[in-house]
Amino acid sequence: MRRAKINKIIKFSNVDGPGNRMSIFFQGCNYNCLYCHNPETINMCNSCGTCVGSCPVGALSIVDSKVCWDKKLCVECDRCTNICLIDSSPKTMDYSVEELLKEIKKVSGFIRGITVSGGEATLNYEFITELFKEVKKLGLTTFVDTNGSLDLREDIYSEFIKVTDNFMVDMKVWSEKKHKDLTGVDNLSVKKNIEFLGELGKLYEVRTVVVPEFLDNLETVTEVSKLIGSINSKNQLDERIIYKLIKYRQIGVKKENLEGKLLDLTSPADEIMEKLSKVAKENGVQKVIII
Amino acid sequence: MSILDIIKDTNITFEQRVLGLARAAENSIDVLEMTDYVKEYREAGIICDLFEGNAPYRPRYILPDYDKFIKGGCEFLNITPPTDIWEATNNLLMFYKHVPSITTMPVYIGNIDYLLEKFVTDENEDECYRAIKLFLKHIDTTITDSFCHANIGPRETKAGMLILKAMRELELPTPNLTLKYSEETTNKLAIESINTALVTAKPSFAKDSMYREDFGGNEYGIVSCYNGLEVSGGAHTLVRVRLGRLAKKATNKSDFMENVLPKVAHEMLGYIDERIRFILEESVFFQVNFLVAEGFIKKEKFTGLFGMVGLAECVNHLMELEGKNGRFGSDDLANELGENIVKTLTKIIKDHKCKYFESEEKKHLLHSQVGIETDAGESPGCRIPIGEEPEIFEHIVQASPFHKYFASGIGDIYSFDETYKKNPQAILDIINGGFNMGLRFFSMYGSDCDVVRVTGYLVKKSEMEKLDQGKVVLRDTTILGKGARDNGRVLDRKLRKK
Ligand code: SF4
Ligand code: SF4
Repeated sequence: MRRAKINKIIKFSNVDGPGNRMSIFFQGCNYNCLYCHNPETINMCNSCGTCVGSCPVGALSIVDSKVCWDKKLCVECDRCTNICLIDSSPKTMDYSVEELLKEIKKVSGFIRGITVSGGEATLNYEFITELFKEVKKLGLTTFVDTNGSLDLREDIYSEFIKVTDNFMVDMKVWSEKKHKDLTGVDNLSVKKNIEFLGELGKLYEVRTVVVPEFLDNLETVTEVSKLIGSINSKNQLDERIIYKLIKYRQIGVKKENLEGKLLDLTSPADEIMEKLSKVAKENGVQKVIII
Repeated sequence: MSILDIIKDTNITFEQRVLGLARAAENSIDVLEMTDYVKEYREAGIICDLFEGNAPYRPRYILPDYDKFIKGGCEFLNITPPTDIWEATNNLLMFYKHVPSITTMPVYIGNIDYLLEKFVTDENEDECYRAIKLFLKHIDTTITDSFCHANIGPRETKAGMLILKAMRELELPTPNLTLKYSEETTNKLAIESINTALVTAKPSFAKDSMYREDFGGNEYGIVSCYNGLEVSGGAHTLVRVRLGRLAKKATNKSDFMENVLPKVAHEMLGYIDERIRFILEESVFFQVNFLVAEGFIKKEKFTGLFGMVGLAECVNHLMELEGKNGRFGSDDLANELGENIVKTLTKIIKDHKCKYFESEEKKHLLHSQVGIETDAGESPGCRIPIGEEPEIFEHIVQASPFHKYFASGIGDIYSFDETYKKNPQAILDIINGGFNMGLRFFSMYGSDCDVVRVTGYLVKKSEMEKLDQGKVVLRDTTILGKGARDNGRVLDRKLRKK
């Protein structure tokens, strides 16, 4: 049975697709964004043990040279994740598809679907494919939140795409160079994935975090919205692709980064967001959401 | 409070003063028969009739048949049936002033969308919107009491949509509003209702099918805080027990379940019956009031309410006596004990026959009371103490088994942060899930609105602040709300983040 490391499960989420959904956050990411809001999801824990002593309530221990986390004792103080040197967390849970399904069934009456997120969910695409097949049997919808880095046009993903109802793709910044500076990788496959999923009618939403002064937000929003606009006019679907503009917020960002390159950066003013929203609408995006 | 104190109180309006004086007059006589036990427990604040007064001269809650009034007018008031929206709203406003209650102001003003719908057309929508807005504003300033409750639905109507729009725009606490929610309710009406609730803390959602079943298919209304009662009837009285305090009288859990609880229930039922006797046999309300004479209300449709608060504190105390540390709301054993207490009360009430009811079938109804401003250390009804609420999912699972016992009212309040304004459908999914699990009533508000639901009624945060500064405010419920905030930490209610 396939297993996966899960960083967190949010039983009721209202920001990860339509209606009320259960969001499952997978551990592990292939990006390393400067402004990452949950850096503890980036890497897999190597059980170095550094964090164990930092826990004020003794929720962490080493058993068989593996770090163990006692969920019942934990008070969510985040000391362990703050102290970890490799952007990981001792608080992950190891699930089989079956075990995860059990969790889903508990809330299935209250939600209309599942959204997998991360970290980077698609790194676990085989696990998710198995999971989604079962989730669909419960009458729930299946959404994937992704950074779009894997080339989803490749054959190996066809089954995964088939069982996924909709994707939400991050477009962090349009310029390739800036993208590499920010995330560590280029954004060619992100652009291709947006087109590809758009044509399939499986692109629910594109997301951009607006970081004033640091990124060329205007360029990104202009180009992304043109792309969405052209997909919208080709597809003529009733369900329009959403463009979600997210205000950068300091909360959760790594301290070193805040003290370094992101020094003094604050959340963008409402006027900036409104202006960008207007640009997006002019370029053919019907649904713009600011959060 | 002495008569002179009432006259000199700087914190109340003229109306509140007159009302206070009337209460003082009523309370200057003692005409009800009470056992020594009831006397003692009233003194101790364990049995409490919620300031209903010593000589009840009208039922506590009255639900006139407004439909009959709209169709046929009223002879006593010399009002003929309306021909347009202006006459309809005006007729209702005139009528409301003659509907008594415990607060002297009506606690139920009808299914106002259905009452007004036949006067709204596509052509006159703008005019109707103005009329409805004035109607609501008029109610808020003259019925200065948030226990006044209107209903809409379950069907979507033009009038219903206009009422919601006006409420979003006005952001006034009165009247309170409930949407009767059923399979007939359109998604549009449900979403519009949620959007309105996130701005102005109303409407609440009532599971229509459950109330219909409980009232044998008869027309019902949601009144006051969230009491479900029959239309053309109401409740003579509401007497409640403070279970938290009562638990202190028990030596252990089985003493409580076998002796203390049954005893208080029987004594309370006797006291409820005595209050009803006085209303029916000594006060002349049902002999002379035009509402009765013209058939807007019928004596046989009235019941008595058996209220309870502080289940959480009661259970926690009994758990401590047993040497267990599980708490109500988070511990299975504690929750089970809570349900057993409610079951025991339900059975005693079902087995009790009130000799003043004509029909054998008519029973008093259990009511999960929201509490009042002086209830320091006692949580409303069956609610989990504020601050101890689990995540919303666990909260609903915990609360749902209790709802079936309370035909006449129970409810939890869920507060949602502003991100839900962008995805109201998510709240509807939660409500649907909750109703499928057994909830009957669901209230919500946006964490950023000025109008907030305190316990069952609505107040403006800004008015509470005024009162803090010693200024006069229009609504008596603001004073109650402030007490609940100071004593009950209601504004610290757990916020529903994503
Ligand atoms: S979470 Fe980080 S610090 Fe803790 S054991 Fe794993 S790698 Fe080491
Ligand atoms: S978050 Fe939990 S496990 Fe980590 S240090 Fe704090 S209490 Fe310990």
